[in-house]
Amino acid sequence: MTPSLSLDPVSDVRQLLTFPFMVNALQAGTIVAVLAAVVGWYMVLRRQSFAGHTLSVMAFPGATGAALVGLPSAIGYYLACTIAALAMGRTSRLSQYGGSDQTAAIGTIQTVGLAAGFLFLSLNQAVLGGPETLLFGTFLGVTRGQVLALLIVAAVALGALALLARPLTFATVDREVARARGVPVGLLDAGFLLILALAIAATSQITGALLVFALLVAPPASAQLVTSAPLAGLALSVGFAVAIVWLGLGIAYFSIYPVGFYITTFAFGLYVLLRAGRWAWSRRR
Amino acid sequence: MSGVRRAMPEVAPAARQPGCAPPAVQLSRAGVALGGKRVFADVSLSIEAGEFLAVLGPNGAGKSTLMKAILGLVALSEGSLTVLGRQPEQARAQIGYLPQRRSFDHATRVRGVDLVRLGLDGARWGIPVAISRRARQRRRAERRRVQEVIEMVGAERYADRAIGECSGGEQQRLLIGQALVRHPELLILDEPLDSLDLPNQASVTALVRQICSAEGVAVLLVAHDVNPLLGYLDRVIYLGRGRALAGSVHEVITTTGLSALYGAPVEVLRTGDGRLVVVGTPEAPHHHGDRHG
Repeated sequence: MTPSLSLDPVSDVRQLLTFPFMVNALQAGTIVAVLAAVVGWYMVLRRQSFAGHTLSVMAFPGATGAALVGLPSAIGYYLACTIAALAMGRTSRLSQYGGSDQTAAIGTIQTVGLAAGFLFLSLNQAVLGGPETLLFGTFLGVTRGQVLALLIVAAVALGALALLARPLTFATVDREVARARGVPVGLLDAGFLLILALAIAATSQITGALLVFALLVAPPASAQLVTSAPLAGLALSVGFAVAIVWLGLGIAYFSIYPVGFYITTFAFGLYVLLRAGRWAWSRRR
Repeated sequence: MSGVRRAMPEVAPAARQPGCAPPAVQLSRAGVALGGKRVFADVSLSIEAGEFLAVLGPNGAGKSTLMKAILGLVALSEGSLTVLGRQPEQARAQIGYLPQRRSFDHATRVRGVDLVRLGLDGARWGIPVAISRRARQRRRAERRRVQEVIEMVGAERYADRAIGECSGGEQQRLLIGQALVRHPELLILDEPLDSLDLPNQASVTALVRQICSAEGVAVLLVAHDVNPLLGYLDRVIYLGRGRALAGSVHEVITTTGLSALYGAPVEVLRTGDGRLVVVGTPEAPHHHGDRHG
């Protein structure tokens, strides 16, 4: 049966859901969308997009390294992201006293990660589905086991974030006062980087390393354009991300273009639309 | 001298009865050394509940360090210090703190009301799930308190706006609200008038004075310039050359007082409208009244 788009959306959706691989992709996509949207909301609030980008690049050495020693690539993702997060937490503590630039330290970690990935790749040419899958994801080849693993990781990451939610927000927007009130700001920095690492490692298995940001930045940034109320912002961010993933998967099924293209395009389009809308709104007032 | 006295009207005593409460801050021969370098030493001072004090002095005189010592963030190298009758670290929950030069840029997407609310429950772990009746009641009471504080600082109009979109004066009012929200017994405001224009300096000072009297909170306000505060203060602490001088404005900011503190001739001049100008401090050009020298 070849995919064909009729004018009846109900039958289109029904056609889509007859394939187990589509159901898996939708479930995995939904889990990833919720996780990325919530963690991403904090990342955008904390202005750690560069740290997030560096963590997403770690998928490259993670997967190639895992292939080299014969481990599942998912384990490589989690390991590489966690190590990078710990290293970044360490440099942020150093830079508080040494006065060095933290973005420079993060950039250095990123370069080392990329170089290591390149080395692993040349040592082992037969990696996974080739570097392309690594960069742009394998949305349509998700197994039941992967869905379950994603669910567990998402539950752990979101549970940890819920525990830290208020002190983390306090330490983010008002560091000095939070410290004076006894909030362990340094520990929270490190803790959030680890949560971010988990979320990115999980997301990049589906979207690939390069497109993590479509879900991690665009939905929260769009939500923050609409509202600065935290709860509404988080809910909106999740709504945007889930809608983007469902639309992207649904349309990609009937199209010859890859799913990553659609997801990124919708995310970008939404952001541009809201930015323009906000600009028009502020001009009108 | 009598002219300065007239410029300093008597201020109503605090609402909380002094005498039964321990002093808000008690320093006895206290000193702090940072990295082996002595910041100040031999400071003895008692601040009563409900008093409004300004902490003055040139840049680098240790004003912020003294505040951090009171907050328990910096340890004393000598002498003793109690805050609200306790060790500084144990009194933290009863102190409202507004650190130096804090402003939120345009991209900070958090509302003023959220910022005030963080002052109340920002240190609590987990997310609030109001299942039990008691939890729901507590939540309602907390919401009421946030609203009350926002009204007290006069921020109703802009509390629901993103904090980054508020003006400097509006941000400062919301931050004072945040510091007040937990019913503190001591309020530490580190240069809250810095970066405000003159009308805002006057209105924020009047607000702090009113809060101090109405809530019976002891207030320590760090400032560069005493002039916007004239007429509102109970006492001043003047830090200079690693030492401190405390008393009323007309006792401390005088030619003899500051000359004794610096051990060098310093002159205090009074302009026609009652403003004070300090001339000739040894650390010139960082003299009093010169904000960024």
